[in-house]
Amino acid sequence: MEEFIAGWTVRHGATRDRLLPLLHAMQEEAGYIDDAWVPTIAKALNLSRADVHGVVTFYHDFRRTAPGRHVVKLCRAESCQARGGAAIEAAAAQRLGVAMGETRADGQVALEPVYCLGLCAIGPNALVDGRPVARIDAAALERIALEVAA
Amino acid sequence: MKVYVSRDMASVALGADDVARAFAEAGCDVVRTGSRGLFSIEPLVEVEMDDGRIGFGPVGPQDVAAVLDGSHASRLGRIEDLPFFAGQQRFTFARCGVIDPLSLSDYAAHGGWQGLEKARALAPQAVVDAVKASGLRGRGGAGFPTGIKWQTVLDAPSPTKFIVCNADEGDSGTFADRMLMEGDPYCLIEGMACAAHAVGASHGYIYIRSEYPFCIATMRAAIEASAHLVAPFELEVREGAGAYVCGEETALLDSIEGQRGQVRAKPPLPALQGLFGQPTVINNVLSLAAVPFILSEGPEAYAAVGFGRSRGTMPVQLAGNVKHGGLYEIGFGITLGELVNVIGGGTASGRPVRAVQVGGPLGAYFPPSMFHLPFDYEAFTQAGGLIGHAGITLFDDSVDMAHMARFAMEFCAAESCGKCTPCRIGSTRGVEIMDRIIGAREAAPTGGSEAVGGYLGKALYSRSPDRIDVSIEAQTMLLRDLADTMKYGSLCALGGFTPYPVLSALDYFPEDFGAPAPIKEAAE
Ligand SMILES: Cc1cc2nc3c(=O)[nH]c(=O)nc-3n(C[C@H](O)[C@H](O)[C@H](O)COP(=O)(O)O)c2cc1C
Ligand code: SF4
Ligand code: FES
Repeated sequence: MEEFIAGWTVRHGATRDRLLPLLHAMQEEAGYIDDAWVPTIAKALNLSRADVHGVVTFYHDFRRTAPGRHVVKLCRAESCQARGGAAIEAAAAQRLGVAMGETRADGQVALEPVYCLGLCAIGPNALVDGRPVARIDAAALERIALEVAA
Repeated sequence: MKVYVSRDMASVALGADDVARAFAEAGCDVVRTGSRGLFSIEPLVEVEMDDGRIGFGPVGPQDVAAVLDGSHASRLGRIEDLPFFAGQQRFTFARCGVIDPLSLSDYAAHGGWQGLEKARALAPQAVVDAVKASGLRGRGGAGFPTGIKWQTVLDAPSPTKFIVCNADEGDSGTFADRMLMEGDPYCLIEGMACAAHAVGASHGYIYIRSEYPFCIATMRAAIEASAHLVAPFELEVREGAGAYVCGEETALLDSIEGQRGQVRAKPPLPALQGLFGQPTVINNVLSLAAVPFILSEGPEAYAAVGFGRSRGTMPVQLAGNVKHGGLYEIGFGITLGELVNVIGGGTASGRPVRAVQVGGPLGAYFPPSMFHLPFDYEAFTQAGGLIGHAGITLFDDSVDMAHMARFAMEFCAAESCGKCTPCRIGSTRGVEIMDRIIGAREAAPTGGSEAVGGYLGKALYSRSPDRIDVSIEAQTMLLRDLADTMKYGSLCALGGFTPYPVLSALDYFPEDFGAPAPIKEAAE
């Protein structure tokens, strides 16, 4: 990661306002932000470690542990709830074998909450490995489960 | 044959990519557009025929032959003629769903860049005056007059100023910013370039939430393709990181600067000391995207529609359990009931509408008895709610309003930036109170003052056995007291407005909180 950070800051700059873009780039590259990398980030951007740690932990997007091989981000917000989102959430946890907000023990799939995807008239909605899926019912959930089993 | 298929994230979620592929494989010239904005007809295909663009929807990839020979059962005719579209006043969304979002020639052919041309022919003060005359108020939620904000930035003496577009759109039930950025990105760019000319800024940021990957890609491509047209003004996209509170303008500025997204105390106003301490215009996507129309058609044309002090149009978003969900741009003044029942067609489930939440997670829940309310900033404020970003979420009669009140507190607890106590701590206490009310309600479904039993009761009693009265009445009083503290003691609207959904649920639907049904008796 040290090399990645060094290369990135050469290309995109090393000012304080580069912190979020850098964290996004690192997560894109590695899947998460390891606590062990915080000192290197801090040094590269001339910030304190506490400062970087504070930012990493503030934003819901940044993971501090490796994610599942597949990530299902299921919407929990009001409009999806109005369309039966809570029942789908329970069914998804059951079918995928993982509680909301967790990664399954075998590392195959993570079920993560998201609060609105801007698809609010066609819920319940999810992003399955980044692909938007709408109107999730039992059949759609089964398709998702098969997809993430691969 | 030329066909049009949307590439909007909602259309794609409903299968538009497969449909587009099938038509391309059949030899059609497929143009990917933004969404027209009515999701019950998506995936929608429009075919260029002798009598114009004829829509078919919803269609699947297996329907290609039947669509192309015109025999498909879901033939809709011209989209503009459908009742859902015929009643709209599309000022901001005129091009969305019609053009190829990234085609500069399409944009120019449909009136693009005329606003910027007009702006650049005017002195900065004249541009600000035009925006003032249009009566445009911020579409991000607070409804602050845009022209006055711009005037403050114009008058601020500084060689460096910024234009920041708030594209964080975190409210559930809203998707207008997303649709515009995906369907007509140059419109936003043009609006920002007008703002830059008006206040003397040379750099702009568009802060887009990470939940909108299609938007981020479209805006980045559009910025690159149009850079030569807006130069010397420069633009860049900043991606959010999943924090709702970063939609609050000062938290958003902190986030761009690379900090935790914490709310700043005002003053100083961002207009005077905003991004990197410099004078900054920060506006919602829809506020900025309204500006090209205002300049090209004239502020009078914009101000001519509307209601009271709410001028122009609002892109209303119909969401949740709604039959005809989508985007409906219309002048202010239309009633809530018309939007819900006539345009939205009631619920998708076919059951009665029980409640609508207007204005996202910080907005009030209204029962059908309030459907006479005109869509207007002042009218909603007076009724104890807000328009916010104009999202309307429908719920049918299966909704549990105590559960929704609990969710409002839970959401506030999850998203609080942590700066002030009423919000940071109050929201967590609010979840606990709601748990006690729901627990007591379940224990004594007719209402009454039985204490909470089981695990929860034990936890409560073990802490302070004689001081906590866990009866529904006592907990409801405590909830009102807490809401009061949050409302008046919070630094920003996250903590300050969470009482709206909570108290409106309690006031209009007391029976869900274990109290008797009539509203009067539950009021105190
Ligand atoms: C918790 C919170 C979240 C907000 N989220 C948004 C948002 O997602 N988009 C937005 O434009 N304004 C949002 N606002 C309002 C902004 O603070 C600000 O009023 C707005 O960006 C000003 O732009 P406008 O005048 O064009 O509306 C939010 C405010 C609060 C308190
Ligand atoms: S009300 Fe909540 S979100 Fe707003 S400043 Fe206070 S703690 Fe932060
Ligand atoms: S509430 Fe689920 S997508 Fe908006």
